[in-house]
Amino acid sequence: MHPAASVIFFTTASGAGYGLLFLLGIAGAVGLVEPNRAFGVIALALSLGLITAGLISSTAHLGRPERAWRAMSQWRSSWLSREGVAAVATYLPAGLFAIGWIFFEDTGGIWAVFGLLASLGAVATVYCTAQIYATLKTIPSWSNPLVLPGYLALALYTGGLWMTALVAGFSGGETGVFGPLTVLAGVLAVAIKLVYWRSTAEASSGSTSGTATGLGDLGRVRLFEAPSTSENYVMREMGYRIARKHADKLRKITSATAFFTPILLLLIALATGGEAAAVLALLAALSGTIGTLVERWLMFAEARHVVTLYYGAEAA
Amino acid sequence: MTSLPQTAPAKKLGLVIDLDICVGCHACAVNCKEWNSGGHSAPMTDWNAYSGTETDPDSGRDSGAWGVWFNRVHTFEVTPIKAEEESRTVHFPRSCLHCEEPACVTVCPTGASYKREEDGIVLVNPDTCIGCKLCSWACPYGAREYDHTDGIMKKCTLCVDKIYNENLDEVDRVPACVSTCPVSARHFGDLGDPDSDVSKLVADRGGYDLMPEMGYKPTNKYLPPRPRRDKAGDLGDITPLARLAAEAADQPLTETKTTGGKMLAWVDAVLSR
Repeated sequence: MHPAASVIFFTTASGAGYGLLFLLGIAGAVGLVEPNRAFGVIALALSLGLITAGLISSTAHLGRPERAWRAMSQWRSSWLSREGVAAVATYLPAGLFAIGWIFFEDTGGIWAVFGLLASLGAVATVYCTAQIYATLKTIPSWSNPLVLPGYLALALYTGGLWMTALVAGFSGGETGVFGPLTVLAGVLAVAIKLVYWRSTAEASSGSTSGTATGLGDLGRVRLFEAPSTSENYVMREMGYRIARKHADKLRKITSATAFFTPILLLLIALATGGEAAAVLALLAALSGTIGTLVERWLMFAEARHVVTLYYGAEAA
Repeated sequence: MTSLPQTAPAKKLGLVIDLDICVGCHACAVNCKEWNSGGHSAPMTDWNAYSGTETDPDSGRDSGAWGVWFNRVHTFEVTPIKAEEESRTVHFPRSCLHCEEPACVTVCPTGASYKREEDGIVLVNPDTCIGCKLCSWACPYGAREYDHTDGIMKKCTLCVDKIYNENLDEVDRVPACVSTCPVSARHFGDLGDPDSDVSKLVADRGGYDLMPEMGYKPTNKYLPPRPRRDKAGDLGDITPLARLAAEAADQPLTETKTTGGKMLAWVDAVLSR
């Protein structure tokens, strides 16, 4: 699949933003963090900023961005539509929660309800995003049962990295529960990703050039002549695929930057404490976010679409 | 509404494509482009049509002419498992199959993609499509092609603006690909009616679905190539032309010096009648 920069940035940024919003909503509601105004301004601005930047970026993928509002209408059938509804709906409790935190320095009472609703909205939105991919039967490596937990775990993990960095930054190096929690989320995310990569190596839709043409009973079916002399839309969009050796390298880069480096940095931060810990937590967040961009790029670039069976592939 | 019709359409307009006789001439694809350039999803934009304006970022070479087509003709080579059998070439026209359960429709976030309740045709409303391309990701058959000039998705309309067009003679109210096929490899009709000509054709010839394992229940059917014949049919003994000439000239068949003489005798006989 062609890796569109707008979609990769969107799922990475909004994933981290919703992960952070999820943690802020719960942490505020149950009193894990003090409703300090400066912290609230920076943390909520970062969270909602990442979400908003991602959503704006996603409209750059549209041919007709001015019609984007229409995408809210088909929530009965379409996960993309549900994602749009969930994303916009989440702004309401998130905004109210932010008002309580920033203007009244209060995250209890009714504000806690808004916080929990914002957390729920964040989970729902990431869930819908993942389901857009996970329900595409045409792409075997996406219609994989680990795609949904992978998206949720990565959102929690990248959000946790930023939450840890913020909490450490404001407390002079104390990460509270967020440091260990993020390490756990990272271990979970990398475990899912490693198993996922292993399972997609043999991922197959079961379709072949034989079933695509219906000629499989007659023998081995190979494309003899393509329908067009140059690459058409279908080949450009769905036929994009990187070489296996590059994929292997990028998986290693993803594992190192998205998971192992941030987890290691956080473990050191937990051990050392102090102001160095705050710097390490920030570096962990940056590394994890950059690594997630690579992971998302790879998720597209590695994905094989069954339509390639009409364009030279014999199995997909 | 991108939910599928509440009741499955009883009428299922679609195509039956005979792979036994398709000669791979691309006339269907060209006439499709011609008709639809003025039709429901017009224009069918082309890019870099004369080369020199678009470079492939990966190879650095000219990316060649490309554009929106609803119908494309692939050619496949089928190599039998048994070594003693010869391989065969099968021309394979491919367009939207107007599936009974099309995922391209249900994934659409705007309602621009829809399946018509009255005849099962799958269409895109060009006024509400946002160009998110998700439908093209959901289609296993590569039926949908994005027009990046218009910013919307386009696809085969089954010539919805031709098949119901009362300004045309009734015989012409078939999709452009069907009316143009020089070998009649394409048939159009109601596959929901078991007594229709197309349904009978499918029953007689063992018409099948493409990628049935995907579960989208295509309406269009393909007729398989007939079993290969490696001998010509027996037409009986061959009658030499000379014998015909001799008979025609009412002469016994005798030695003549040249074949030309026999030919002349025959021509003379024919012209003297």
